[in-house]
Amino acid sequence: MSTQEVTTEYEPFDTDEMESLSPDTVTVTLKTFRFNAETDYLPYYKNYTMEVGKDELILDLLNRIKWEHDGSFSYRRSCRHGICGACGIKVNGKATLACKQNALELVKLFGNELLIEPQSKKRAVKDMIIDKKDFWDKHAAVKPYVVAEIDPHPEHETKQSIEEFNRFLDADLCIQCGSCHYACPVVEVNEDYLGPAAFNAAYRFTVDTRDEAGKERLEITAQPGAGVWDCVKCYECAEACPKEINPIEKITKLHNLQFEEGVARSNVATRHAEGFLRGMKKHGYLDEADIVLYSEGFLGMYKHLKTAIKMLKAGKIHWHSGVPFIQSVPKIKNHDELKKLIEISQTHTL
Amino acid sequence: MSKLHYALFTGCTARQSTPELLSSTLAVAKKLGIEITILEEASCCGASHLQDFDEFLAHVINARNICYAEKHGLTMITICNTCQLNSAMTKHALDTDPDLRARVNEKLAEVGLEYKGTSEIKHFLYALIDDYGLENIKDKVQIPLSRFNIAPFYGCHNIRPSELHHDANGGENPYAPNSLDRLIEALEGHPVDYDHKNKCCGFHVELQANHTSEVLAGNAMIDAVDNNADLMVTPCPLCHLKMDTYQDDIGKVIGRDVELPVLHMPQMVALALGCTPEEIGLKYHVQKATHLYSETA
Ligand code: SF4
Ligand code: SF4
Ligand code: FES
Repeated sequence: MSTQEVTTEYEPFDTDEMESLSPDTVTVTLKTFRFNAETDYLPYYKNYTMEVGKDELILDLLNRIKWEHDGSFSYRRSCRHGICGACGIKVNGKATLACKQNALELVKLFGNELLIEPQSKKRAVKDMIIDKKDFWDKHAAVKPYVVAEIDPHPEHETKQSIEEFNRFLDADLCIQCGSCHYACPVVEVNEDYLGPAAFNAAYRFTVDTRDEAGKERLEITAQPGAGVWDCVKCYECAEACPKEINPIEKITKLHNLQFEEGVARSNVATRHAEGFLRGMKKHGYLDEADIVLYSEGFLGMYKHLKTAIKMLKAGKIHWHSGVPFIQSVPKIKNHDELKKLIEISQTHTL
Repeated sequence: MSKLHYALFTGCTARQSTPELLSSTLAVAKKLGIEITILEEASCCGASHLQDFDEFLAHVINARNICYAEKHGLTMITICNTCQLNSAMTKHALDTDPDLRARVNEKLAEVGLEYKGTSEIKHFLYALIDDYGLENIKDKVQIPLSRFNIAPFYGCHNIRPSELHHDANGGENPYAPNSLDRLIEALEGHPVDYDHKNKCCGFHVELQANHTSEVLAGNAMIDAVDNNADLMVTPCPLCHLKMDTYQDDIGKVIGRDVELPVLHMPQMVALALGCTPEEIGLKYHVQKATHLYSETA
């Protein structure tokens, strides 16, 4: 360190710059997932301890495991510029693009032991390398390209205004890294679910003015089981995306487009979304009992009867006009104001 | 410390199927000397479902709620993660998109309101921790919770997307949140460390994708049970509804009895501060919880 006098004399160095010049390193242990589907019955974890400098990326650390410790350690990488989408892994459960993520930032977040794992352990082929087949199949299922009749000898380019272009600009930045897809809990429990990356792609091409397959994509993404209505709204995808695309925001837009384009069919999920307005128009609050009845229909109500009786017993809901599950909902103050706002602001109908 | 005063946005659930959430919130505030003004004008936030139907309308409705907190000149507190998310999303959208704000204000003007963006919005959990302070809460504990292993269940909408919540939730790390753990410690309980504490309970697809919903809730609950939890605590009444009310169904789907009482965050605090059984409202639980109450340490 320089003496006090020197630092005061040579003002031009600001402290940030001083810090970036200092050779400090941090000792980090990488608890690393190891597995070879061809030879191993079960995966195991191996610790690699190394001195990590402040400019090193997670990818640099993966390289050092391979170069300094074990040449058989396997992972995908290609561009080293956050463009090819090959290097996605998980560090302490956090989706990470290895070539973009500074290592010490994660040490600050999680401490000196970093847990290095593939995006999906159950799909592991060798160490960090996973079989991404389900990701690519689902991506392909939404027709992630512009569908249009094209004049083979066009006389001018297809023009798009800046506004039209901006509708899909951020969705277009997707590099198919799979970070969101393998962070999504629904992908793990429902094998039909298309997942956040596929939905983002569906949105991207549906709102492209050159494209003619928008309705078809809205139909595909409206399917119960596979489509957007099975999203649990956990925001894992928004948190995971290294390109800050926010896939669930696109999912909300797909929902809205389904109503706008008349693609939404009346079913338990769409009635549930629209049904919120019923209670709000009547009381200002959601009517918790009515929404189940309205969404499910009278027959569908039977499967909730047992729960309803338990709720009745606990005093959570009350018996009313001979129907269990209809509750006395209080009314908000200035309710007329809300009714008027709904009337003048509503843009979609079912 | 000057007296804290908040505008409380109750949300629908606390007015209907989880009355215990509202009573315990008010009881905790009273014990700690926090002044609460209930926003009786506030409506449903849309619960992220109205947003799917009509995003613009959802912004108008949430902006209206926020207007009432602004009128009082108070920070708006929420007692539901999903209310927090939807209110904060509207605030963020209106504060960053002048065009949208103008369109929303045009509608609000018809009923004599204007969104100004002057009120902060935060969940009661973070008001307790960041404004009131854990040390101060600790001083008020009358019945320490040292007899319990408590599994904190954070609920998605307080911690993700982290960018949106960063200013309101003390910069909680969504991959390793610790606010509830720290609160449990302040009440002298033992926080349970388990992988699923920051995962999704599946509530929002309860109707249309029941299996997904039960499996997600079940995975989290058995993880807590396997790590010796005596009870679970959550700041979100929707997580609570899912995990308390549907516990039997969850057990059937995952093939294992769960039997884990689930408390609302304010109920847990109320237990430790010595509030009355009436205020804590354990009798409103579907999974038996009344045995958790004790008059002495
Ligand atoms: S918000 Fe929806 S799409 Fe995104 S990770 Fe969660 S369930 Fe999957
Ligand atoms: S949306 Fe983001 S996280 Fe998902 S595949 Fe594309 S770039 Fe990766
Ligand atoms: S190596 Fe291409 S995105 Fe990381």
